[in-house]
Amino acid sequence: MFAFIVRRIIQAIIVMLIISLVGFSIQHQIGDPIRDLVGERVTPAEREVIRDQLGLNDPFYVQYVRFVKNACKGDLGLSFFYKKPALEVIAAKAPATIELVIVTTLILIVISIPAGIYSAIYPRSWFSRIVMAFSTIGVAIPVFLTAIALIYLFGVELNWLPSYGRGETVNLWGWESGFFTWDGLKHLILPSVSLSSIMLPLFIRLVRAEMMEVLETEYIKFAWAKGLHRQRVWYIHAFKNTLLPVITVFGVQLGILFAFTILTETVFQWQGMGFMFLEAVERSDTSLLVAYLVVVGLIFVVVNTIVDIVYGFVNPMVRIAGTK
Amino acid sequence: MKSWNRFKNSYLLYSFKRDPVAIFSFSVLSALVIISILAPVLAPHNTYDMATIDIMDAETPPSWMEGGSKSFILGTDIQGRDLFSTMIYGLRVSLLIGVGAVLFQAVVGILVGLLSGYLGGKLDAFLMRIADIQFSIPYLIVAIFTSAIFKLAFGVGRYAELAVPLLIIIIGMSEWPKYARTVRASVLGEKNKEYVEAARVIGISRWQIMYRHVLPNTLTPVLVISTIQVAEAVMSEAALTFLGLGMPITKPSLGALIRAGFEYIFSGSWWITFFPGVLLIILILVILLLGDWLRDVLNPKLYKG
Repeated sequence: MFAFIVRRIIQAIIVMLIISLVGFSIQHQIGDPIRDLVGERVTPAEREVIRDQLGLNDPFYVQYVRFVKNACKGDLGLSFFYKKPALEVIAAKAPATIELVIVTTLILIVISIPAGIYSAIYPRSWFSRIVMAFSTIGVAIPVFLTAIALIYLFGVELNWLPSYGRGETVNLWGWESGFFTWDGLKHLILPSVSLSSIMLPLFIRLVRAEMMEVLETEYIKFAWAKGLHRQRVWYIHAFKNTLLPVITVFGVQLGILFAFTILTETVFQWQGMGFMFLEAVERSDTSLLVAYLVVVGLIFVVVNTIVDIVYGFVNPMVRIAGTK
Repeated sequence: MKSWNRFKNSYLLYSFKRDPVAIFSFSVLSALVIISILAPVLAPHNTYDMATIDIMDAETPPSWMEGGSKSFILGTDIQGRDLFSTMIYGLRVSLLIGVGAVLFQAVVGILVGLLSGYLGGKLDAFLMRIADIQFSIPYLIVAIFTSAIFKLAFGVGRYAELAVPLLIIIIGMSEWPKYARTVRASVLGEKNKEYVEAARVIGISRWQIMYRHVLPNTLTPVLVISTIQVAEAVMSEAALTFLGLGMPITKPSLGALIRAGFEYIFSGSWWITFFPGVLLIILILVILLLGDWLRDVLNPKLYKG
């Protein structure tokens, strides 16, 4: 088990090095740190002096090693637009995205598990048919269309819910939170509902398929034969074993959820990391872009590694696969 | 003629005729493809011709609504272009990029998968490691990053000009690992079979065995994933364009129309977003349904849920 964890972590470090190499080459090729620092009015000769001072004329690999060293210390360069360390800018935007993902996760769990279980137990009922039809069509609807439809319905026509921004936030130890004001919560509803709409079909199908498979197994038949109450067989015996694959898939999908926050945040003008990323692209803020790339890469790698290790604990077969 | 007869008696056609969903989605999809190919003939207005566009027509509602005009069936967009014609041209762009991106990723992925599976060894380990690393990052993130980098590298104007080939490359590059893995898996299954051994004994060269003998036998799973990949590529294109990293509004795809219309939804011009959105959903849905059917027919083992 220890060897498995070590192998998995080394793999994660290699992936991070590759991501940082990609990030660094972008900065090297496209970014112009001199422009970021001094603006347009400095003569070429002076620029050359600054270049030398900053070590920008060093060979590629020397600069790359310096970049990685700085990155390990938490220094990912200065944002050209904000005139602040890029990491600081990202940290200021992160709470918005994280809160959005948390609420989305809650919605996913609260809806997909009961709906999946119900349609596995009663596959022929009309409710299950509606759920399955919804999840077939739901896969084909892009998240921004769901978001626009929700904005049009609840924001424009009915005027019930706010359709852009985060509303009123409370500052808790440097964490701008929308959880503690009525206004902030109201602003969370539409973005999180539309973000969850893209994962819901997948999760309902997954829970349903796993549950149906478990219900066919021997130990469930044995539980029936023992004369246990239906509720107990379904919700305690069968449900527990449905959860394992669901949790694994969820870990992986969490990364994808982060990808889709970029789309959702654009539609709702949500001041999170994804919105910041697109602004950085518009403003050609290369260092912020690269910093975002490294941070998102880190999130994926950490999540994937943790999921793999947890799965290794639960399922010994994974540990053996991959060794030669 | 012979192959037609083989097709006529095939299991594929038999199960197609018995599946109303497959027939329905196939007919809708072929209708959409034909419409998009014949766009210059079918569209009532040529939306690329600036001379025919009058900005005074902008935001005309659909013809059955108050203030609608007979010459614009579904109304006009913000630049005064006939929405119906613009949608047909947009469908054409979306399909072109979707199919192009899938061809691109299929060529790259099949090549990598074949080399990696048939030659094995260090090359296999190296190529599959790359595929694994890319696979661990969601394709949409890869596509968004690549397009953002391309946009910065090329500049906004140049990027807009080259948008179609660039998007094909971007979406293709973000999804090739799926093909590489699928092809490699079936090559590994095929390469130790007797017919490959027989070919080797006759003295046919490695490359010929690879292309003429192994490759054709790996194409069924490729066909199965290709259909679903087209839907995914169309969706990626729409997402990228919606983020402002894709097609410019002067050469709109369906995603670009939705993006443009979204800014006007607060003033009540819902049709600019609504009709392209519905068309996009229908397009993706029929491709997905067809893909599901194809998967069930060609590869029943994969079926789950």
